[in-house]
Amino acid sequence: MSELPESLPVQAPHLNYLNSTYGIRSWLLTKDHKRIGLLYLATITIMFIFGGLAAFFMRLHLIEPQGALVEPETYNKLFTIHGVIMVFFFLVPSIPATLGNFCIPLMIGARDVAFPKLNLLSWYVFITGCSLALVAIFSGGIDTGWTFYTPYSSTYSHTAVVWMASGIFIAGFSSILTGLNFVVTIHKMRAPGLTWFRLPLFIWAMYATSIIFILGTPVIAITLFLLGLETLLHVGIFDPALGGDPLLFQHMFWFYSHPAVYIMILPGMGVVSELVTAFSRKKIFGYAFVAFSSMAIAVISFIVWGHHMFVTGQSVYAGLVFSVLSFLVAIPSAVKVFNWTATLYKGSISYEAPMLYALGFIGLFTIGGLTGLFLASLATDVHLNGTYFVVAHFHYVMVGGAVMAYLGGLHYWWPKITGRMYPDVWARIAATIIFLGFNLTFFPQFVLGYMGMPRRYAIYPAEFQVLNVLSSAGASILAVGYAIPLIYLIWSMRYGPIAPQNPWGAKGLEWENASSPPVTENFEVMPVVTEEAYNYQPHNYQGTEGAHGV
Amino acid sequence: MSDAATDHAHPPGFAHQFETIEQQREAGSLGMWVFLMTEILFFGGMFTAYTVYRALHFGSFEAGSHLLLWKFGMTNTAVLIVSSLTMALAIRSAQTGQKKGTTITWLILTMILGAAFIGIKLYFEWYNDWKEGLVPGLHWIASPEHTPGVEQFFCFYFFMTGLHAIHMVIGLGILTVLVIMTARNKFSPEYYAPLEISGLYWHFVDIVWIFLFPLLYLIGGRYQH
Amino acid sequence: MLMTFLGQTGLQHLGGAAALFPVQPPDASTIAGGVDQLYYLLTGVTVFFSVLIFSIIFYFMIKYRRRAPDEVPPETHAPLALELAWTLIPSAICVVIFFWASYLYVRNARPPAASTEIFVIGKQWMWHIQHPEGPREINELHVPVNQPVELTMTSQDVIHDFYIPAFRVKKDVLPARYTSLWFQATKVGTYHIYCAQYCGTNHSEMIGWVYVMSPTDYAAWLAGGEQNESMSASGEHLFSLLGCSSCHAGAGQTGTGPSLAGIYGQSEKFSDGSEHLVDDTLIRQAIVQPDSVQLPNYKNIMPTFKGQLSEEQMLQLIAYVKSLGAEERKNGQ
Repeated sequence: MSELPESLPVQAPHLNYLNSTYGIRSWLLTKDHKRIGLLYLATITIMFIFGGLAAFFMRLHLIEPQGALVEPETYNKLFTIHGVIMVFFFLVPSIPATLGNFCIPLMIGARDVAFPKLNLLSWYVFITGCSLALVAIFSGGIDTGWTFYTPYSSTYSHTAVVWMASGIFIAGFSSILTGLNFVVTIHKMRAPGLTWFRLPLFIWAMYATSIIFILGTPVIAITLFLLGLETLLHVGIFDPALGGDPLLFQHMFWFYSHPAVYIMILPGMGVVSELVTAFSRKKIFGYAFVAFSSMAIAVISFIVWGHHMFVTGQSVYAGLVFSVLSFLVAIPSAVKVFNWTATLYKGSISYEAPMLYALGFIGLFTIGGLTGLFLASLATDVHLNGTYFVVAHFHYVMVGGAVMAYLGGLHYWWPKITGRMYPDVWARIAATIIFLGFNLTFFPQFVLGYMGMPRRYAIYPAEFQVLNVLSSAGASILAVGYAIPLIYLIWSMRYGPIAPQNPWGAKGLEWENASSPPVTENFEVMPVVTEEAYNYQPHNYQGTEGAHGV
Repeated sequence: MSDAATDHAHPPGFAHQFETIEQQREAGSLGMWVFLMTEILFFGGMFTAYTVYRALHFGSFEAGSHLLLWKFGMTNTAVLIVSSLTMALAIRSAQTGQKKGTTITWLILTMILGAAFIGIKLYFEWYNDWKEGLVPGLHWIASPEHTPGVEQFFCFYFFMTGLHAIHMVIGLGILTVLVIMTARNKFSPEYYAPLEISGLYWHFVDIVWIFLFPLLYLIGGRYQH
Repeated sequence: MLMTFLGQTGLQHLGGAAALFPVQPPDASTIAGGVDQLYYLLTGVTVFFSVLIFSIIFYFMIKYRRRAPDEVPPETHAPLALELAWTLIPSAICVVIFFWASYLYVRNARPPAASTEIFVIGKQWMWHIQHPEGPREINELHVPVNQPVELTMTSQDVIHDFYIPAFRVKKDVLPARYTSLWFQATKVGTYHIYCAQYCGTNHSEMIGWVYVMSPTDYAAWLAGGEQNESMSASGEHLFSLLGCSSCHAGAGQTGTGPSLAGIYGQSEKFSDGSEHLVDDTLIRQAIVQPDSVQLPNYKNIMPTFKGQLSEEQMLQLIAYVKSLGAEERKNGQ
C-alpha cells in the first residue's frame, strides 16, 4: 500500500501547484506538467468552440435542401474548417496534452515528465500552429476538406491552403514532442516497484498513443510540406498536369491520418479503463488483454490506410489486403469492450457523471466500431464510401467515443486538478443531454448514407430533408449539452465545494498519494508501489458485508 | 530511498525531476534516439515520394542526376564523414577528462567542416544550378532536352538537400551552444550527456547525407561519363 | 442466414411500408441485391452486439449498484476461456464477413466481355457522357436495361467520383488516367447520379440522372436526336488531321512510328526492358508524354500533343485505335 495516511482532511486550500506562485509569468514560463496541462486545456477549449461553431452553422444550413444559411462556397469552407480544427487542433491533442500531461507523472509516481522544458516548448509550438490556423480561417478560410486532396488543393483552390498547412505542420511538432516526452517518462521515471504490468491502463494507452505520435506525425508533416511547396512553386509533385501523382498524396496523407484516428481513440479507451474500475471498485477484467490490445491497435493501425482508397481505382489485390487488415484491427477493440463490460460484473457501481460518460462511451463506441466493418467490407464500401454513412461512423467513434471519454476523464480528475467539486446533478443532466443529442444528430446519417446522400454536399435532393432536419435538431441539443459543463466547470473553479484528496475512493497513486490539488512536486513523499493496479480487493476477498456475493 | 538524491551535492547539470544522474543520462539518451526515429520517418516520407517517381520516371531522373556536379557531392561526403570523426573526438575528450580547450577545438573543427559543407553546397552547387536555370519554381529554364521528369527530379534534389541543409544549420546552432557550455566548464567525465546526445544527432545528419548522395548524384552510375 | 432473412424482410418492410420513409435506394442492378444482403448481415451483427452490450451494461448497472458508500465488492476471476471466446468469436464473424464481401467485390470487379462501353468525362462541375455510336449527353446517361454497360472515365481537372446508388456502384474519376466501373441495370426507371468526391464549389450540383430504357426505346433514342458520327469515326478524322497517320501507318505497312493495328490489349516491351499492357491510360500517356513510352527499334521523335486535345477528342482517338485490327478487344483493367 502507500506510505501516506488514507486521506488528509483539508479544510482550506493548502500550498499546491496552483497557488504556490502567482502571476502571468509563472504560468507562461512554467515547467510544471500540471500547469502545462491546464494551458493546453484552455487552448483546446477555445479551438473546440471554433470547430463547434462551424458544425453548428453547417447543421443549421442543412435544414433546407437548397441550403438555409450560406452559399456553397462558404459551406465548403465551414466543413473544411470544422474538420481541420476538430482533428488537428482539438481531438489529437485533447486527452494526451491535457489529461496525459497532468496525470502521467502523478500516476507513475514521478515529479514531472522527463523533459519539462520541452513540454513547455510543445505548448508554444502548439499555439503557434493554432495561430496560423486562425490566420488561415480569418483571412478567407480554406475549402479543400480536411483531407486536402490534390490537385484541387494544390492547383484549383485559391484559398489559404499554405497558411493552414503550415499551421498543421507546426502543430504536428507539438504532438511529436509530447509523444517523445511521454515515451521517455514512462520508460525511465516509474516509481520503485512500478513494473510495466502494474501500470494503470491509462498509461499503457498513452504509451501506445505516443508511439503513433512519434512514427506517424512526421509523415503528415512531410506530406503537407510537399503540398505547400507544390502550391507555392507550381511544380509537379501531386498534380498530374505537372507530372505528379494525386494518389501518392492520398497514400502519404492516409499513412498518418489513419493512425491519427487511433491517436484520438486510444487515450479515450485508457480513460474508460480508469473510470470503469474506479466506479465499480473492481480490478479490470483481463488486464493483460487490455494492455496488449492497446499495443496491437497501435501497431496494426499503420498498415490499414488503404481502406480509405478502395474506390480510387487501386488494384483488387491491394483492396483485399487492406480489407483483411482492417478487420484485424477491429478485434482488439472488441476485446476491450467485452473486458470493460465484464469488469462491471459483481462490482459496486455508482453513477456519477464520469461513469455515465464511460458507459456511454462503451455503447456508442460499440456501434461506431461495428459500423466500421461496413466500410472495411469491400463490397459495401463501394456503395458507402463518400456518403454520410462514413460521416456517421467516424462521429460515433470520435464524438460518441473520444469526446465522451475526454469529458468523463475531465470530470473524474477535476477534483484532483482544481481541488474543487462540480455539481454532480448538473453533470449527470449534461451527460444525458449529450448522449441523447448525439444519437439524434448522427443516427439518421447512417440511413442518409445508405440512401446515397454524398458527404460534403451544400445542397441535396429534397427526399433527404426529413433525416437532415432530425440530424440538425439533434445538433442543437448536443450544443446545449456541451455548453452546460463549460459553465459549471468554470463556475466550480471559484465556487465549487473544496474536494477531499480522494472523493471517489479510487485506487491509484494520483488519488492515494497526492493531495487535491497536488503540490508542485506532486508528492510530499515519493511513493513506492507494492501492488498491482486497481487492487480494490486483496486476493480472494469476499466483499464487505452486504456486497454482492451472488 | 526516494529523497536520497537530494541529500548529497548534485552533480552539475542535474535536473530535479530525476532521482539520480544515471536516470537523467538514460532518459536523455532514450529521448534522442526516439527523436531520431521521428527524423527517420520525416526524411522517410520524402524518400518514399522520391522512390515512387524514380520508378515511374527513371530515364528523366537519370538525366537529371547526370546534370549534378558529383565531384562536389563527393567532397561534401568526405567533409561530413570527417566532421563526424571530429565530433566523436570532442565527446571522447570530455569523457576522458581532457582540458576544455581540447574539446572546444574539436567542436570548432566540426563546425568548420559543417560550414564548409553548407558553403560548398550553396556556392558551387546551388548557385551554379541557379545560373543554369535548374531551380524549379524559382528559376527554371525549360529546354527541349529536359523531359518533365527532369524538373521533378530537381524538385526532389532541392527539397531533400534543402531539408538536410536545414538540419545541418540547426546542428551548427547546437554546436555553438556546446562550445559555450564547454567554455563555462559545464562538462566533466561524470557529466557530458549533452555532448553525447548532440553527437548522436550530428551522426544521424551525416548518415542521411550518405543515403542522399548516391540516390541523387549517382543514378544509373557515373562510369560512362 | 436467418439473421439476413429477418433483416431483409424487416428492413424491406420498413422500406416498403413507408414509401414515405425509405431506408435504402432502389434495387436496380444485378449486384444491388447481393450488396444489400451483406448490408443486412452487417446491420444484424451491429444491432445484435450493440443491444447485447447495452443490455448487459444496463442489467449490471441495476443489479450491482452500490448499496453502501464504503462497500467493496468481492474479487472475481477472469477465466482465460472467456477471453479466448470473445476474441475468437468476433474473429470468426469478421472472417465470414470478409470472405463474403471480398467474393462480391472480386466478382463485381470484372465487367462481362460483351459490355457496351460508354465514356464519361468529369469536369468541374458536370458530367460529359459520350456514347461510342456518337450521341453525347450532359449530366444524363441513357442505358439499355438488362445489358452490361462499362463506363470508362476520366477527369478534366480534379478528382471526381461517379456514383449511382441504385446500382451500388462507385468509382473515383481521376485526371490523366482512366478508371472504369460496370453495371447491368435490371429495372427500367430513372436513378440518381452523384459526384461523391469533393471537387470544389459546386460539388453538390454535379449530379444527374440515369435513364434505364427498354432495348427498343434505347435504340430509338440512339438513332434520334442530333446525328453525330461515331466516336471511332471522329477519332479517325482526328488521326489524319493531326498528322498521326503520316508516321503510324495502318496494318501491314511499316512507317516511322509503330503500327497501331491490333495493339490495344497487347503487352508491349519497352526499350528499358519493362513490359506494359496497352490500355486506355497507356495510349493517352503515349499521346501526351511520348518519351515515356519508348519502344525498341523506334527513334524518340514523336512530338507531344499535350494541351492540343480535349478529353473528348482523346477518347475519340483512343476509340479509333481500339477499332484498328481484326482482333477482339481484351479488357484492359
